[in-house]
Amino acid sequence: MSDTQDSLTKKAPISPDGPAPDQAEGSLPAKRQAVLPDRRTFLTGIAGLLGTMAVSSCTWQEFFQQQFQRMTKKEIEQTVDRLQAEYKQKYGKDFVVGTESPIDGTLFGYALDIQRCIGCRRCVYGCVEENNQSRDPQIHYIRVLRFRDGNMDLEESNIYYDPEEVPEKGYYYMPVQCQHCANAPCTKVCPVRATWTEPDGLVVVDYNWCIGCRYCMAACPYMGRWFNFAEPVIPSDQVNPVTHYLGNRPRMRNVVEKCTFCIQRVRAGKYPKCVEVCPVGARKFGNLLDPNSEISTIIRTKRVFRLKEDLNTQPKFYYFFSI
Amino acid sequence: MARFGFISEVGRRLAKGPTVYYAWVGILLILAATGIVAYTKQLQQGLIVTGMTSYVSWGFYIGNFTFLVGVAAAAVLLIIPAYLYDFGPIKDIVIVGEALAVSALAMCMMFVTADLGRPDRIWHLLPGLGILNLPRSMLGWDIVVLNGYMFLNLIIPGYILWQAYHEKPADMRFILPFILLSIPWAVSIHTVTAFIYNGLAARPFWNASILAPRFLASAFCSGPALVILLYQIVRKYSRFHVKDEALFKIAEMISIAMAINLFLLCAEFFKELYSDTHHLSPLQYLYVGLHGKGVLVSWIWFATAFNLVAFVIFIVPATRKNFATLNFGCVLTIVGIWIEKGMGLIIPGFIPAPLGEVWEYVPTTIELLVTIGVWSIGLLILTFILKIIVPIETGEFTQRTVASTRLGPSGVVA
Repeated sequence: MSDTQDSLTKKAPISPDGPAPDQAEGSLPAKRQAVLPDRRTFLTGIAGLLGTMAVSSCTWQEFFQQQFQRMTKKEIEQTVDRLQAEYKQKYGKDFVVGTESPIDGTLFGYALDIQRCIGCRRCVYGCVEENNQSRDPQIHYIRVLRFRDGNMDLEESNIYYDPEEVPEKGYYYMPVQCQHCANAPCTKVCPVRATWTEPDGLVVVDYNWCIGCRYCMAACPYMGRWFNFAEPVIPSDQVNPVTHYLGNRPRMRNVVEKCTFCIQRVRAGKYPKCVEVCPVGARKFGNLLDPNSEISTIIRTKRVFRLKEDLNTQPKFYYFFSI
Repeated sequence: MARFGFISEVGRRLAKGPTVYYAWVGILLILAATGIVAYTKQLQQGLIVTGMTSYVSWGFYIGNFTFLVGVAAAAVLLIIPAYLYDFGPIKDIVIVGEALAVSALAMCMMFVTADLGRPDRIWHLLPGLGILNLPRSMLGWDIVVLNGYMFLNLIIPGYILWQAYHEKPADMRFILPFILLSIPWAVSIHTVTAFIYNGLAARPFWNASILAPRFLASAFCSGPALVILLYQIVRKYSRFHVKDEALFKIAEMISIAMAINLFLLCAEFFKELYSDTHHLSPLQYLYVGLHGKGVLVSWIWFATAFNLVAFVIFIVPATRKNFATLNFGCVLTIVGIWIEKGMGLIIPGFIPAPLGEVWEYVPTTIELLVTIGVWSIGLLILTFILKIIVPIETGEFTQRTVASTRLGPSGVVA
């Protein structure tokens, strides 16, 4: 349980009692007696508050925490230490909260072979496990749309299909997740800059800075963002302790979250989880700035398209046909 | 000394009134308390207690917010003729319009706060302490213009009433710049609110350049309709006198605004129906239902019928100048615009969702209670403001009357 929420829930019970009745206009000693215990209570209260703050200063530190990009190195270290302690207490595991910076000369891009995808949704569940998405209420970053052959009308698509076996005859599949737009409408609209594009192209959220206005969700044309309407629930034995501050660390309630192309993995030189778990190799990932990377080769040599290109969002997520 | 006299007199006046006043304030207090309890529950459990989802991420709160920004903006319709053209009868009631604007703005701010997932982080919006994402975020601009408008609507009547309290004439050289500024500012608050939705290419229902003009046209119907009703209540319960002529003039303005509003609606209908693209889907959802879903269909038809009937009432001089039909028309306008600019604007923006799903939204009991609570607090604010400013306007409550109640008639301390 996050401390801020804890303090929130305890906040502001409206007192039914009015102000204390005035002291009678008595003699001076009587008045002094009435004042003294009050002052003592007050001083005890202050001492108690300072003591609590010294022992577990989580609440105040979290409340007054700065936006991630504005934090000094020292503030980041302190925040990471605090978060690791908090997660350890909650899940009983030693967490790593990474803060790896973008690597120079890297711009991440993603490609998906629409002819290979069989609609098995292993990516969906691999993503849930890797990125500590809430199991209840359920959040899925990846949604696999099923289309009838010969049709690419989004309004005719369906994500609720449940066949004995995939792929089904007469259908093809198109997984959709955050497209990491170069001209991202979601970051533009945020009133507090709680979400932004990193130099390596990843669109991230500072969960501790988000005020929960959900404007970014209204602005996204790809359903790329999800809101934690309730306290996220992840069973301790399923939680992934290898995290990044801007990625898969456990989130709190009433903030927005999204796919980060597994920032915790890709900045450590690994593939995103969805690429790794895809049984047919439909998913490709790499550096768009490297002309020899697989992703650059695909974009150069295959027939590619991007979703809703007319909106000029310039996604870094490409769909392609391998044959 | 004088200031203390003023404050204690304000307290005395707020505590005193006819039985109907006590009943009214009592009911509002109970509803406000219920709303606060419901909001506490929302704080404890999260926005899960609302009907909103990641598909329909704004709902009843933002719908009411949008409607009330229009009410606040409509004060300008009263200011323009009153101050610029010196149309006497309306000038008297500008102060009432501005009181309405202040309470509407207060409700707007309460509604957006209720909608925030993390109200504990509201300080992130404060420039300096936090970050206000200007000039990029339209929500950032909305915060700027709403607070600016609140300031203008406090300082203009505040100054005029302060002078009236001291029985001095208002110095126009001081106040006129603020009055002139408040006119484009009122337009700006509703324009920026429209731009919040308008600028999103992901939502074709909102992404039409006609949206801001439609916002203004509908605001100039509902706001003045509220003022007409409000003024009749005020003059019934106080010595505040304003001629019927002023009310009929406002009704005339509503008829023009309603004509423009209906025309713009037709223009939007034509564009969507004739081109018949997927942009039509939200409108289809709203008016006839989509994929068998359409909880708003009956509501929007009621709203359309209300607006049409109201338009006829306002355009025909005989019904416009008859208080029975005029008041009926005002109620129809207010309810009609509230549906159209509230749920009828916000919800279809999210349906169908960007990838085609049709997920519906219905507000929960908690949302309804919080909303009723916010409206009650807003009406309490309005009642209390009017209780103080009306006697100042009529000259019953001035420095001199306060002094004479403190001093006996013979000048001896009572």
